[in-house]
Amino acid sequence: MKSLRAALSEGLIAYAFLAPALLILVIGLVYPLFTTVQMSFLDYQMGTPWESREWVGIRWFEKLWSDPNVWKSFWVTLRYGFWVVLIEMIVGTGLALALERAIRGASFFRTALIMPLMVSPIVVGLIWRYLFDARTGMINHYLGAWFGIDPVPWLADPHIALTSLIITDVWQWTPFIFIIVLAGLQAIPKEVIEASTIDGANWWQMTFLVKLPMIKSVLIVALLMRIVDVYKVVEVVFILTEGGPGLETELLALHVYKTAFLSQNLGYASAISMLLLAIVTVLSLFVLSFSNPMKTKSDF
Amino acid sequence: MSQAPERTNLGHYALVVVLALLATGPVYIMLMTSFKNQVDMFSRVPLWIFAPTLDNYSVVLFDKKFDRYLFNSLFVAIISTLITLALAGSAAYAIARKDFWGRGLVSYGNLMIRMVPPAVIAVPVFALWSRWGFSGRFEELWGLTLFYTALNLPFAIWLLFSFVKQIPEDLEEAAIVDGATPFQVFRLVIFPLMKSGYAVAAIFTFRIAWNEFLLALFLTGRKARTLPVAIQGFLTDEGVEWGRIMAMGTLIVIPSLVITFFAARQIITGLTTGAVKG
Repeated sequence: MKSLRAALSEGLIAYAFLAPALLILVIGLVYPLFTTVQMSFLDYQMGTPWESREWVGIRWFEKLWSDPNVWKSFWVTLRYGFWVVLIEMIVGTGLALALERAIRGASFFRTALIMPLMVSPIVVGLIWRYLFDARTGMINHYLGAWFGIDPVPWLADPHIALTSLIITDVWQWTPFIFIIVLAGLQAIPKEVIEASTIDGANWWQMTFLVKLPMIKSVLIVALLMRIVDVYKVVEVVFILTEGGPGLETELLALHVYKTAFLSQNLGYASAISMLLLAIVTVLSLFVLSFSNPMKTKSDF
Repeated sequence: MSQAPERTNLGHYALVVVLALLATGPVYIMLMTSFKNQVDMFSRVPLWIFAPTLDNYSVVLFDKKFDRYLFNSLFVAIISTLITLALAGSAAYAIARKDFWGRGLVSYGNLMIRMVPPAVIAVPVFALWSRWGFSGRFEELWGLTLFYTALNLPFAIWLLFSFVKQIPEDLEEAAIVDGATPFQVFRLVIFPLMKSGYAVAAIFTFRIAWNEFLLALFLTGRKARTLPVAIQGFLTDEGVEWGRIMAMGTLIVIPSLVITFFAARQIITGLTTGAVKG
């Protein structure tokens, strides 16, 4: 047991190590989040002085509850999230399983795969806007030249625009799942694989009864991290469609952004932010219940 | 039982090559387009072989403001990376090694705050920006640096935490027995062993700050504009200047490409920490 005095001094030292980071976090994140809560009860427009704010109680939350645009963009986010996460998980995991042996030592492949993750989201949006362009885009050109398909209005057609965004997201993020699952597979002890080979496991048994169950927690964490990320997407959509046509691709985070900076209604944008924060908080608690890497035995 | 992978290897390698082309293709098309002249760019059939021109780059680079945008981007990215690393290392050390009241709160809070969507932060920050009176080029750049640092700290702390955890505690105990103060222990024992962790954290912090768009778009005036905001300015209502966009896009992506080629291993460590080791 430590003496009280030793414990106290250890605590003080810990605070000294933490203080600078905490100070920045409080000023730059915690206080702004607190301001969001505060503004969600205020009528406060962009460009007006802070003194002109007015207390409106839960008016924004009432408006939010019956605002079809908010629910529409929530629905768009759910659909977008469902498809990107489903496709990326299946394709990423499948490729990791298929290529686990083949890419040993193929470092060029690793480097190539990281590229979509490193490119700035704004640039990703611009590149794909160029590729999707209905008249001059390469995608339409080759669809026409090779398959005789008429030009597709990728970003302008309300039924197709969301699919175009999903394609872009899948391009950018499937490598992330691939890399994580691959690392998980490579962390499986060799003895386990050897033992099941000796026991006569075939490929299917090896994959579904040995490998996948052993990396279950890796898969769950990757899945949850991707779901949380869906609620952060703004830039790529902002460049590709700006949420249009209509509200067909207006993801929730983009809706917050547009409410604040185009409609200039900071109060209402804060109320929608609260909805977004509530969703992300619930998801984060799930993430933490599966994996909290910062937990130690002395946690309380 | 034979797993018979050898026979399918050729198929595997073909798949690997196709995937590598898919991943890099769009970036390559950007690079290629940036060297096309106006005629080649709008050729009816996409040209893969053409006479390259530097026209787009000369328009972008000799625009009087390019060096300003570049400076602004470098300023916020480098300074916020340095501050983030300086603060995150000691915070990670405290959370990993010290017992103190509120430890659980700090570690949970840090992980929760990582999940907050940047768009949610942009709204109150915009409101605070004018109240705190950020105006003028360097005040705005410092303001952006502050918020980028705050946005990056949770991930950096979390990442460095896992590196501290790997250092054997005996080393610190030995140093304490030798009479080292807590700060000497961190500076002389822990810090040198965490260099690879700092390298990983630096890559991710720099990437976020260099690429950030949402906050920069509405918070900065003309003079503090960063590259991602400037490139978006080429998407005008009169028409999209693809040549210039692709040239500037290529310039923006250069640091990321350099990092990708020389530090792929560190990037993979950063991506997999937590998911795999957690």
